Formats: sequence, structure tokens, C-alpha cells
Amino acid sequence: MSRIRVLVGTRKGAFILTSDAARRDWQVSGPHFGGWEIFHIAGSPANPDRLYASQSSSWFGQVIQRSDDGGATWNPVGNEFSYAGDPGTHLYYDGTPKPWAFKRVWHLEPSPTDPDTVYAGVEDAALFRSTDGGQTWQELPGLREQQGAKWMPGAGGMCLHTILLDPANPARMYVAISAAGAFRSDDGGVTWKPVNRGLHSQYIPDPEAEVGHCVHRIAMHPARPQTLFMQKHWDVMRSDDAGDSWFEVSGNLPSDFGFAMAVHAHDPDTVYVVPIKSDSEHYPPEGKLRVYRSTAGGNAWDALTDGLPQEHCYVNVLRDAMAVDALDPCGVYFGTTGGQVYVSPDAGDHWQAIVRDLPAVLSVSVQTLP
Amino acid sequence: MTAAPDRHTVRVVLPYHLYTLARCSTTEVELELAGPVTLGAVLDALEAAYPMLAGAVRDRATGRRRPLVRFYACQDDLSNTAPDAPLPDAVAAGREPLIIVGAIAGG
Repeated sequence: MSRIRVLVGTRKGAFILTSDAARRDWQVSGPHFGGWEIFHIAGSPANPDRLYASQSSSWFGQVIQRSDDGGATWNPVGNEFSYAGDPGTHLYYDGTPKPWAFKRVWHLEPSPTDPDTVYAGVEDAALFRSTDGGQTWQELPGLREQQGAKWMPGAGGMCLHTILLDPANPARMYVAISAAGAFRSDDGGVTWKPVNRGLHSQYIPDPEAEVGHCVHRIAMHPARPQTLFMQKHWDVMRSDDAGDSWFEVSGNLPSDFGFAMAVHAHDPDTVYVVPIKSDSEHYPPEGKLRVYRSTAGGNAWDALTDGLPQEHCYVNVLRDAMAVDALDPCGVYFGTTGGQVYVSPDAGDHWQAIVRDLPAVLSVSVQTLP
Repeated sequence: MTAAPDRHTVRVVLPYHLYTLARCSTTEVELELAGPVTLGAVLDALEAAYPMLAGAVRDRATGRRRPLVRFYACQDDLSNTAPDAPLPDAVAAGREPLIIVGAIAGG
């Protein structure tokens, strides 16, 4: 019988939540790395016992931890993230040039085929790859050549937060950066191009610029990898041509601002978002925590509320804090800045809190184990 | 027989998050140094003995003290001591520890 392992990164440590396929009764392990910020934990699809965790601290910097036994034990591996050559400058909040400087790893994306290969998205925005299980890291500097001098930080920092590997084409990958936009490589990360045509962002001097958009999240269904969904700073967007062009699918959402986004495991047209009131008020509209689901690939959205607080709720759901499992019916998971991790074992129809009082949740990823 | 005069056993007190990261059972570690006991030499020896601490005290890229890390010894703040300046004799002799502290900031 399948099991589920939910990997939760929080402001003060990591937690591992496990259940059988019913997804009703959960065991909670943690905190691991107590007191440290865990930006992301990810498991290798090629070896589910191989986990990588980004452990970071304003005091003591970046640590990458690796587990080879599904999170029972961990060992620190390499934490040297050196930009290739002279990285030059990017724009700071005030529009002045600022030298590139590594701060932390936001997202880890293990290879679907090799447990020792893993990508890291970092702040200040760049993409690194390790092919030795995290011992050493090499930058893929072609990304920063895409007008990196014009990139600037979003409110959370200039972070590369999304990495999508095309399961049908090992040479194709996507990344998203706040605030630079989305980028695609068709040669395994050597060269890149911005894929932001169709985005419209009022908060940059040219709202339709090639780079500079604050993309919060991109999601893809593995069976239809040329279709991408995007939660932007404002606007929910869709592309059907691998990012070459985007069109808006915000439709009837109560707000098209938000961070998190996920696609149903078995239906490429079913998409989930969590609307947030505005860029100035990072909490749900009307104090109601609602996941919105479209079963039409966008535009028509239904509120999912059963089991979620519908009054006095002012938490946020951050960009890496929503995920799905691969069971049928598909399980949907998200974590909040209030420390709750919710699960819906029936594709969003009903929700329950697995835990309610963790530190602020930064990330949620899910492994479906045999 | 006495120890060679340029060899030293230096005591270093680590903050909680660093001695747990280094998997030390106590907050204080002892480091063997050859040559002058400077801040840089002690931190080099610390990172050699505990490689997981590389980057945790000094920035990987610049080699400078991380902004929220402080160094104290003998009731003095040595945070801005030059890396090649000698540490106090009491630290070099092992009578007093070099104390690495996470600055009081946030929570």
C-alpha cells in the first residue's frame, strides 16, 4: 500500500509528516535542524530515500543537508555557491547597481533520473547544479547573461524560486525569478531565453518588458509539459507553447494576487491557487482561507472551503508551500505562515489540518512512496 | 620533555547552532595550532577540524566575519580584530577560550 511523506520547511526547522494512502492519520517527525530556516526539502524521484534540505540562518549562513534514509538521519554536504566569473551587478530596490552576492538557497530540484544530480535556485538569483550528491555546486551562468544587470529583488529578495524540469525533454528546463521573470533553456541549462511575452506588470517602467516581471510561481503537469501555469505578483497566467507566449486566466478569482500554485496529478486542466488580497495585504480576501480550483485550465474557478477557516483568517501561503501527491484521488497539500499544514485527500473537496501550530511554513513538498 | 614553542592548544566556545551543526557534545572544542595564534589561524583550524562550519563563521566568498557573528575573549570584543593579529596570550596559552557568539538580533 502506498505511503505519503510530506516534507515541510519552516522558519524554525523541518518537519516530516507521514501517512498511509488514506491520508487521515499522520505521524509527525521534527523539528529537524531546530531553530534554522528550512527554505525547502525535496526528495529524489529516482531514489525517494535521498532527500536534500536547504538549511539557512541570517547568523550562520547556508548549509545543505542530505539524507539517504528518508529523513531519519542527515549529513551536511557542500555549501559553497560561487558565482562563475565576475557576476557584476543587478539593480537594487532603489534602482542603483548592486554587486551580486550569494545569500541562501530557496529551492532544490532533484533530477528525475539521477539521485546525485540536483539543481539549486539561490538568492541573489542564479541556478546551480550538483552532480555529486550535493558535495560540490557549479553555477549555470548562461542564465544571468539574460539581462541580469536589469534584474531587481522582490520584497523577499532576488530569488530563483522555481525550477521545472521537462520530463519529456531532458534538455528543457524552466526557472522563475522574483523579480526578473521566467526563463527557458533548451540545452540543459547552458543557454537561456526570457519567456515573458504576454506578461503585463504595472510596477515596472515598461509593463511589457522582456525581463523584470515578478513571477511568483510556475507549475506544469508532466503529461503536458508545454502548458505552463503562472501565479504572477498580480495575474494568473497560462502558456500553451512552453512559455513563448502567455495569456491571462484569472477569470472570476476574488484576487489574482497570490504565491502558491499546483496542478492536479492526473488532470492537466485542473489547477489550484490560493488568492491573497493584494500586494499590500498578504492574507486571504475577507479573512476566508479559500483554495480556488479550475477544472478548465483557468478562467473558471471554484472556491474550495470545506474544512478551511472561513472567518478571521489572516495567514499567507508562500510560493513553495503547495504540492500534490500522485495517489488517486489526488491529494493536495499546503502550508501557511500561521503554521498549519492542510491536506485534501480528495482533490480539494474536503480539507483537514495535519498540524496546526508549526512555525511559519516556507515550503511543502510531497513524496508518494510505494 | 616540553611541547615545541610554536604549538598551541586553543579553546574555542561555539554557539548552540554551531556546536550542534558540528555534532560536538559540548560547547567548547580544543584545536591544535602550529605557529602564531591569530584569529585567522584559529578559524582556519576550526574549519579544518569541522568542515561543516566552513561558511558559518566567515563568508565563503569574502572570507570576512559574517555580520551577525562576534568574537570575544578575555572580556574584550575582538570582532574587528585583523585576521593576522595575535590573539591575547591567555588564549594562545589555552587559559582563556575564544568565544564565538551569534549576535543578539531577531529571533
